[in-house]
Amino acid sequence: MLDEPIIQRLKEIVGAENIATETQDLICNSYDATQMEFLPDAVVYPGNAEEISRVLKLANGERIPVFPRGAGSGFSGGALPKGGGIVLVTTRLNRILRIDQENLLAEVEPGVVTEHFQQEVEKLGLFYPPDPASLKFSTLGGNVSENAGGPRAVKYGVTRDFVMGLEVVLPTGEIIRTGGETYKGVVGYDLTRLLVGSEGTLGVVTKIIFKLLPYPEAKKTMLTTFDSIDGAARAVSTIIGNKIIPTTLEFMDHATLQCVDRRFNLGLPAEARAVLLIEVDGDRELIEKQAAKIHEVIKPLGLVEFKVAKDAAESEALWKVRRLVSPSLRDVNPDKYNEDIVVPRSKVPDVIRRIEQIQQKYDIPIVNFGHAGDGNIHVNIMIDKAVPGMEEKAHGAIADVFRAALDLGGTMSGEHGVGLSKQPFIPLELSPAQIATMQAIKKALDPNNILNPGKMFPV
Amino acid sequence: MDPLKHVEKELKKCVKCGACRAHCPAFAAWQREPAAARGKVALAQHLMKEDITLDDQTYLAMSKCLLCGSCVEKCPNEVPTDEIVIAAREALAQKRGLTTFHKAVGRVIGNRKLMNFGAMAAAILGPLFFRKVPATSGLRLRFPLPFVGGKRHIPQLAKKPFLDRHPEVIQGELGKPRIVFFVGCMTNFVYTEVGEAALALFRHLGCTVIIPKDQQCCGLPGMSGGDLATVRELAEKNLTALEKYEADYIMTACATCGGALHKFYPLVVGKRSPELMARLKAIAEKTVDAAQLLQQLGLHPAETGAGESLTITYHDPCHLRTRGITRQPRELLKGTPGVELAEMEGADKCCGLGGTFNVYHYDTSLRINAGKSEAILNTGAEAVVTGCPGCMMQLSDGLKQAGARTRVMHTLEILARKLR
Repeated sequence: MLDEPIIQRLKEIVGAENIATETQDLICNSYDATQMEFLPDAVVYPGNAEEISRVLKLANGERIPVFPRGAGSGFSGGALPKGGGIVLVTTRLNRILRIDQENLLAEVEPGVVTEHFQQEVEKLGLFYPPDPASLKFSTLGGNVSENAGGPRAVKYGVTRDFVMGLEVVLPTGEIIRTGGETYKGVVGYDLTRLLVGSEGTLGVVTKIIFKLLPYPEAKKTMLTTFDSIDGAARAVSTIIGNKIIPTTLEFMDHATLQCVDRRFNLGLPAEARAVLLIEVDGDRELIEKQAAKIHEVIKPLGLVEFKVAKDAAESEALWKVRRLVSPSLRDVNPDKYNEDIVVPRSKVPDVIRRIEQIQQKYDIPIVNFGHAGDGNIHVNIMIDKAVPGMEEKAHGAIADVFRAALDLGGTMSGEHGVGLSKQPFIPLELSPAQIATMQAIKKALDPNNILNPGKMFPV
Repeated sequence: MDPLKHVEKELKKCVKCGACRAHCPAFAAWQREPAAARGKVALAQHLMKEDITLDDQTYLAMSKCLLCGSCVEKCPNEVPTDEIVIAAREALAQKRGLTTFHKAVGRVIGNRKLMNFGAMAAAILGPLFFRKVPATSGLRLRFPLPFVGGKRHIPQLAKKPFLDRHPEVIQGELGKPRIVFFVGCMTNFVYTEVGEAALALFRHLGCTVIIPKDQQCCGLPGMSGGDLATVRELAEKNLTALEKYEADYIMTACATCGGALHKFYPLVVGKRSPELMARLKAIAEKTVDAAQLLQQLGLHPAETGAGESLTITYHDPCHLRTRGITRQPRELLKGTPGVELAEMEGADKCCGLGGTFNVYHYDTSLRINAGKSEAILNTGAEAVVTGCPGCMMQLSDGLKQAGARTRVMHTLEILARKLR
């Protein structure tokens, strides 16, 4: 509980209409896509960096935890107010400040919804590629804080690769700018890269300068079906080995296909064991050539079916298979743990085999799909929490999946972040010295540990 | 039984991903999580756990839903938030009693005699028409303030309700479909021209049109207030009225009435009255939208709708769009000589009426509607056309507030231009 005088001071900063303390408001800011829940004591909706700075100064002085929050759509609990405190929602900062066509950049506030930003730049023939699955509702501030990825990362990279500069309110209330409007710039530490993906533990982002690209002239979507998982996995490295970098290379394993087919009757060939959804973009003539080449090089790998979309509607139909995955999974079991390990591209077949063994060891269904092009596999451990013992089994399986990814030279999380859900596993991946370095940075910027405390580092 | 028990399984389906934030018109207007579908589902989950109570704040959050179904359509886990909100509102009504306003709505829509006296108009359209309901009714209506607010533009009431103008059975050609027309309050009392257009079009096709005299309000205004007792009563009366004649189709020219018959009766009423389920389902299966049926029966709009040149834009009523009826009206309109269709941005976005939502949250409803008006005006169309008399009222209000002269018409009015 926050004392009344604190609430009063918060009201003075953000205005009485921009603070909420009713239980209903607290409940509605207590969760994210992890389905964990922690009630905050108050929710504030500041309107600018100045107000955020004053909130943080107050909180820092009074030692009150503050939890930055965008749309609350994260998969790792990064925005959850564990232990109570103030949830600071950034969605009122929702302006696209400028789109600079000469310098191919844009300056935005953190509350802008990703898809809205994409649509606005696309109207000018420009392109902001990062495309997390949540892009229709997640905010750019959240994308930056979690360093969100997406299917297009194979060719274009992740959010980090598009952030040129930031305005950030530090935990102690100072407002600083990092980076800038130039591609080059080597003066001082690269604080921009430090802050991107820092999960709201080092500062509250209040402005972002994004790099933009020209919008590609055309794209081509292909749905390719293989008779073995190995064939599909080898197709990934074969395509890239042939010097073609597709925009996306989405992979679905047999279990995934069965789920989708059971529910939506896709009419896939009986011998289908894995599917790759491939998209190339760029110059119209070039992508025609690339599509033909892709067909040629993957044919010998057990290719069962090769569908190419002729137009946008057909492309949408092919993508539908991928989009139907999530709703179908719950037919297997009502609850799921959704992990997002990454391995080097060439190790995808190995990690899939390891996961099959883990599935047998624990006797729980595991469904894999994801961004094979960059080795990022979404491992879905499907359980029914109502069945005694199943959750414990899942925890064992998750640890084994992480170990498999690390053994193969990968990482535990490519997109979702650590937050609360991967916190216990951090020592598997990071050495004590690495953790100590990170904690030293945290301590330097947030001496009283008030900004998103209790996240990321092992407790 | 706790009404929330009806949706216990459904409540578990929500995984809090937040996808509904992209589609919920209430969230778009308020920009605060309790207004989003996910927020309302979370609160309903806590109501079930009994760690919050049915207090004013819960009531306020649950009131911020238009029951448009947009979130349901787009939810990756198919969470029926509309059904959940109805159950929560029912629980609130049981616990706290209906609000004065919803009580009035229930009494009026549940009573045809009152409706015919125009009391329904008094409740739904406001006391601009009737300062007092007839003394004999014993009703005491105390309207919430936004309801009597001076800003609202309300359409003229028809001099004679549609149901009083025609015989119950209008015989068509032998061997042609027999159609029961479920008229709906807005068509009966306000937009009678929509009813006339429907009648003209189906008679043109040789159909027998049956307009049961004892049909009632569909009950959706009551459902949106949690007054399920009234809704059940109306559903039963409507079942009797609609089952009286052998028919191939039950046709509606109102998206909301269609939504009630097609979806909400089995989903909400059926769940609470399983003994009615088979009958409700039978009615639901026969229910079709007028434009959908006209296309199915092969209407040539050139024969019935050709006329002077008119640029129109089309608004998708939520309760047609979420039933997959978006293509049919457009194809018919495009096939009408003289008519040019200029699509607006966000044609699929809710107009903000949402039944009684518009009464409680008039300013927000207007705000949602203002975006709609702007999109309509941007097309430069002379008329905005839609398939729901409820949307027509809301769109008219918004356009008049914006000082525009754009006409508001029903799809059927365009299609029947030559028949008048």
